[in-house]
Amino acid sequence: MSRYSVFRLFREGLRNQTGWTRAWRAPEPKPAYDVIIIGGGGHGLASAYYLAREQGITNVAVLERGQIGLGNVGRNTTIVRSNYLFPENNLFYEKSLQLWEGLEQDLNFNVMMSQRGVINLYHSDSQRDAYARRGNSMRLNGIDAELLDRDQVRALVPVLDFDNARFPIHGGLIQRRGGTARHDAVAWGLARGADRLGVDIIQNCEVTGIRRDGGRVVGVETTRGYIAAPKIGIAVAGHTSQVAAMAGIRLPIESHVLQAFVSEAVKPVLDHVVTFGAGHFYISQSDKGGLVFGGGLDGYNSFAQRGTLPEAEHVINEGVALMPLLSRLRVLRQWAGVMDMTFDGTPLICKTPVQGLYINGGWCYGGFKAVPGSGWCFAHTVAKDEPHPFNAAMTIERFRDGAMVDEKGAGPFPWLQ
Amino acid sequence: MHRIDCPWCGVRDEAEFSYRGDATVKRPPADGGAEGFYAYVYDRTNPKGWHVEWWHHVAGCRQFLKVVRHTVTHEIRSVAKATDEVAAPPA
Repeated sequence: MSRYSVFRLFREGLRNQTGWTRAWRAPEPKPAYDVIIIGGGGHGLASAYYLAREQGITNVAVLERGQIGLGNVGRNTTIVRSNYLFPENNLFYEKSLQLWEGLEQDLNFNVMMSQRGVINLYHSDSQRDAYARRGNSMRLNGIDAELLDRDQVRALVPVLDFDNARFPIHGGLIQRRGGTARHDAVAWGLARGADRLGVDIIQNCEVTGIRRDGGRVVGVETTRGYIAAPKIGIAVAGHTSQVAAMAGIRLPIESHVLQAFVSEAVKPVLDHVVTFGAGHFYISQSDKGGLVFGGGLDGYNSFAQRGTLPEAEHVINEGVALMPLLSRLRVLRQWAGVMDMTFDGTPLICKTPVQGLYINGGWCYGGFKAVPGSGWCFAHTVAKDEPHPFNAAMTIERFRDGAMVDEKGAGPFPWLQ
Repeated sequence: MHRIDCPWCGVRDEAEFSYRGDATVKRPPADGGAEGFYAYVYDRTNPKGWHVEWWHHVAGCRQFLKVVRHTVTHEIRSVAKATDEVAAPPA
């Protein structure tokens, strides 16, 4: 499996594209590995990649129930940013953003990282003060943030309705290094990168049980037989509760459904990622021209990978209030994913009460931007059996100990995070 | 779209209701300790299947209802009063 390059592209052009080989192998599962990662989504693949690359553990299997890239890594709105208030969050997400910035060179794969800037709009004096506080918190930790007034926002994004009667736009907080990346390419690039380092990516292999010997894990039962490993990492997004239950662990997580939408393609109208400050709505324009947008959860426990109409109507109402031109466009596609919502909106990257079992989950709806940082921290946690300082706060015990990282201050209700 | 058959008001659109989460957890006594209150506030079964849950008919009779709903198909099996004992059907 050779490197991708412009010379390779040129050579294949001359010989009718006949020399391309598959980007990763399709190995049979071995009887035993050093580490098994359950879940071949963004977080699972990144974890395996960084286990091999940073921790030197290459005898790793990624077990995926279906095929890689069909879960939440292919169902998000592709936004990448690190504009959080609390240091427990913004240092972690900043590490992730820095990894994003080098990911294409690291992986030799074009993930179409586009640092077009993320603008959070504010609509009142008190919201401006809150955003100034968040921007200051970011800058104290070395992260770029800039408070914009109304005219500065208008110069960047003229298509917004600045004089909306109920929620006029007063300005915004911009993180210029934030932006978007191509979601599918991230999954494919990480799969190829992990495979090149010796990781076995085993698709169509569903884990049906976790075998324990007393207080520690020894392997997993799968639809393709028993596979032994002294260390097992769970990275299964919406089904984190179900897989953890196989090892007898109960978690502070509920699964909720989140929808996203894309409009028909239009000429460039929106150069940045923009979020509405008076409701839950975020929008950007894809390279193909479609406006990609989403909002909040449907609001009740669900494992259905489809949204329902009341929330769709609400999201589109918000969009039209923010960008009236949306009312003239048609929604081309709508889809949904299952979010593993924690009670404070912050994820879990941690050890568990079972020796050798680790959890990477509870991503709520912020998982995509975290993919490389989460894999990097999870690989460290699994390899060293202790967390890195970046993920030290992301434990299960924080809820019992009253040390929640509640960025939004919404209270212990997963459907409100 | 859920349509919830409120025992007081009849069949109503989900837009009239506010979701209030898992109805199987029980508040421990005041001396229940940190573990007891942790379990009450945070520890969830999160079933992929039948779920007994609170819905508040906030834009109707303002009563809390115990709804048995399937988290994959979104089918509603039963709607009961808050004081009724309700068991989830087997998955």
